[in-house]
Amino acid sequence: MLLWGSLRSFADGRAEVEVEASTFKEVLDRLAEAYPGLRPQIARGVSMALDGRVYREAWFAPIKPDSEVVLMPYMQGG
Amino acid sequence: MSNIHVTTSINGDPVEFVCAPDEPLLDVLRNRLGLTGVKEGCGTGDCGACSVLVDGRLVCSCLVLGVEAEGAEISTVEGMAEAETLHPLQQAFIDHAALQCGVCTPGILVAAKALLAKNPDPTDEEVRFWLAGNLCRCTGYDKIVRAVQDAAAQMRSA
Amino acid sequence: MALDSNGKRVFKVVGTRPARPDGVDKVTGRALYGADVSAPGMLVGRILRSPHAHARIVSIDTSAAEAMQGVKAVITSRDFAVVEDASTRDVQVNCMADGKALYDGHAVAAVAATSAAVAKAALKAIKVIYEVLPHVTDVDAAMKAGSPVVQASRAVENVPKGFSENVTHHCEFGHGDVAAGFAKADKIVSRSFKTAATHQGYIEPHACLASMTSDGKADLWCCTQGQFNVRSLCASIMGMEASQLRVTASEIGGGFGGKTTVFIEPVALALSKKAGRPVKVVMTRDEVFKATGPTVSTSIDVKIGMTKDGRITAAEAHMRYSGGAFPCGTVDMGAMAGFAAYDLPAVRTYGWNALTNRPKEAAYRAPGAPQAIYAVESVVDELCQVLKLDPLDVRLLNAARKGTQSSYGPVFDDIGLVATLEAAKAHPHYHAPLGAGQARGLSCGFWFNFGGNTCVSLNVNTDGTVGVTEGNPDIGGSRASISLMAAEELGIPYDRIRTIIADTASLGHNDVTDGSRVTFSVGLATIKAAQDAIRKMCGRAAKIWGIDEEAVEWIDGAAVPAGPNAGKFPPMSLAEIAAVSFQTGGPIAGHHEFNADGAGVSFGVHLVDLEVDKETGATKILRYTVFQDAGKAVHPAYVEGQMQGGAVQGIGWALNEEYIYGADGRLQNAGFLDYRVPVASDLPMIDTVILEIPNPGHPYGVRGVGETPIVPPLAAISNGVSRATGVRMSELPMSPPRVLKAIMARG
Repeated sequence: MLLWGSLRSFADGRAEVEVEASTFKEVLDRLAEAYPGLRPQIARGVSMALDGRVYREAWFAPIKPDSEVVLMPYMQGG
Repeated sequence: MSNIHVTTSINGDPVEFVCAPDEPLLDVLRNRLGLTGVKEGCGTGDCGACSVLVDGRLVCSCLVLGVEAEGAEISTVEGMAEAETLHPLQQAFIDHAALQCGVCTPGILVAAKALLAKNPDPTDEEVRFWLAGNLCRCTGYDKIVRAVQDAAAQMRSA
Repeated sequence: MALDSNGKRVFKVVGTRPARPDGVDKVTGRALYGADVSAPGMLVGRILRSPHAHARIVSIDTSAAEAMQGVKAVITSRDFAVVEDASTRDVQVNCMADGKALYDGHAVAAVAATSAAVAKAALKAIKVIYEVLPHVTDVDAAMKAGSPVVQASRAVENVPKGFSENVTHHCEFGHGDVAAGFAKADKIVSRSFKTAATHQGYIEPHACLASMTSDGKADLWCCTQGQFNVRSLCASIMGMEASQLRVTASEIGGGFGGKTTVFIEPVALALSKKAGRPVKVVMTRDEVFKATGPTVSTSIDVKIGMTKDGRITAAEAHMRYSGGAFPCGTVDMGAMAGFAAYDLPAVRTYGWNALTNRPKEAAYRAPGAPQAIYAVESVVDELCQVLKLDPLDVRLLNAARKGTQSSYGPVFDDIGLVATLEAAKAHPHYHAPLGAGQARGLSCGFWFNFGGNTCVSLNVNTDGTVGVTEGNPDIGGSRASISLMAAEELGIPYDRIRTIIADTASLGHNDVTDGSRVTFSVGLATIKAAQDAIRKMCGRAAKIWGIDEEAVEWIDGAAVPAGPNAGKFPPMSLAEIAAVSFQTGGPIAGHHEFNADGAGVSFGVHLVDLEVDKETGATKILRYTVFQDAGKAVHPAYVEGQMQGGAVQGIGWALNEEYIYGADGRLQNAGFLDYRVPVASDLPMIDTVILEIPNPGHPYGVRGVGETPIVPPLAAISNGVSRATGVRMSELPMSPPRVLKAIMARG
């Protein structure tokens, strides 16, 4: 899965990391375990683009093995 | 300062009220007479949301004192429709989607009615300059100008 | 029944332009907005505000005010709960200063009195002793080490060392090897830009009526974009349980993002609690400008490399935003959106937020995106000029499309940018000859569009009509759109449906009306609620006919047996099923609750013709056309209205609107006379071209519409002015003095 730039410094500088997960929640839990530096941002809120479709804090959004997963900040609009 | 008694006419009906000497007509209409169709957007005469007619003259009611209504004829948006029948401007605003949030609409309707009373066949530019004192933040004015022109055409052929 | 299949493409009522359900109320003055209701025994609430940009509050003496006849309550920050959550606490402190006044106009105390005159006199009787502190209002100055610190220790963990403590937020997005990309460029342009803070400028000032009783229950009526958010914020700030506070959204006189939070609502509740009477608080226009959310002010550097034939090889931007005196993440969205219109091999954006002594930013239509895209589209235009390339062709050559990895990470699905650019290229506007001294500008724009938490109930009445209950305030005709979608799905006429906005006690949570989410999310929930009701109505018909539920389908507003094997029964219409509902199992209602996903991004292209008066520096807009991928346009008249209104707000931003601060840090233009929004005589008609590239995430293809149109005008107009004057403009607004200065500097 892809991390946005400012998260990379908390993931050993990597833009792309691999985690074993079948849902959005599992992604977050595995990331927080592997990279504790990401925890504050996860607590503030993140969205996830799954094959281009954006989910806001949807824990059970299912992830397939070949899914493209991109973490994004939780967004606010007007 | 004690309140002053005022006798006036609003939308054709006789009305009496008391108000403070420094009280704007806008506050009288909204707070004392329940005519909350008259909106307050700024209180300084810049937005036109509180537009009413005083003896046929278009004014910002926030810049007129309540006591100035003595003996005058006041018209507000509440007096535009004839019972169940909307004024052609009111109907045109609905038909043309010329309102979004609608809070500027009462003032714009009153202002447009005053324009068409003076000039039944205005150009787009005349409509735009006449309504330059009525701020609308939602529509970009396009549909407002079209609605006024449509109502003007209907009123000319009526 | 295949109710869940996506991709409905033939419509009966969606796409028509019926009268909106609230139309008559709004043209007759009957619609009730925030300030339009009163309660028996109601008091008038007024707020005392700091005259200083930055000051320690040494003491507040309210005793003289409290002693005045007619004064029923005086409150300060001591009258609110202790809030743990940092972002909620920021909202609280923005509503009432705690220890420090952080900007000119920051609330420090409030009174409730029997009349406005008494309340005003009471404010004067409150004695506040301030220790004035050094202030900072410019974002670049605020970032430098040594700047006056607005709030200490507010930076999140990823902010690098070496900046002022004002820097609270840092972000970075992008992909590819930017250095290698720039090495391949034939031409690189780097330029720095500044944009002023602007205000949403809704015509209705914030207003609310709060009534709290001694048993801890409260009712709140207010103009807001989200009554559920008001409830959760106010409950936290007041230390109440959510169930004890019922919030009813009034008709709303414009919001544009500015009414997505609270300013006066907790103050009115605290006053009402203390006074034991209902309290109405209505802001003056001066207060609206000084103390409610403007957008961020920004300073942005953009660098883009291009080959001779117009291919972008690399792009980079540094974006410094200030969301005022509180931490703000809006730069995330600018940094994500800046290059979204382009298919780029290498792109990097860096964002920063810095605290300044300005009011707390509130969302404004596509928050963060217009500024970023203004800077990017200006540099793209400059490259087109330098390389003598057609600006539309260059955008088409580099346009993001299905399969493009966006500058913010995800790969785009079906998007309408290429179709929108092609529509602009084919339009007569693009080929119309320009007069002497006139110029044409263009820009792309983009917004993400949101889904979010949504809850809808749909009740089938026994007379065959339907009530839809939704929880998102209608800021521009959404009740009409929701009714249209319910009518479409149920197969009944639009005028048999009435959609209302529920208070917080009557429906589950709904996120605020933001992110262009309502027609998409509430529409989707309405369609699903209608399908739920249809399933139940098919079940009733099946029982009446004595056949299996699965053997009944819903066609054109009626239950019919599915195929010849199901049995031979005449169709039962919705009205016929509803009429016997009490006898067949009771009332029929459909519901849907979800956290909507699948919102579709939206692109727009704006074309503007303009001329600049070389003597005064004034810009006149001569012709304007908006092209936008709206997805399916549910009520096209209101889609056009969003496109026109957004464009005109952008025109105001480009040419006139700005927060002007004096050397003393005080706002100098807190009124509509000096903060000049566009008026009717400034403008031509705003032509619109709606493209309907369906969003694959919605059964009718709905995207969001409202925010994208404010994005392109900034650069479109700047590019036009730059071409008309021969000087590349790099600061907004392009007010006449600023343009004149640029012309004079050119010589």
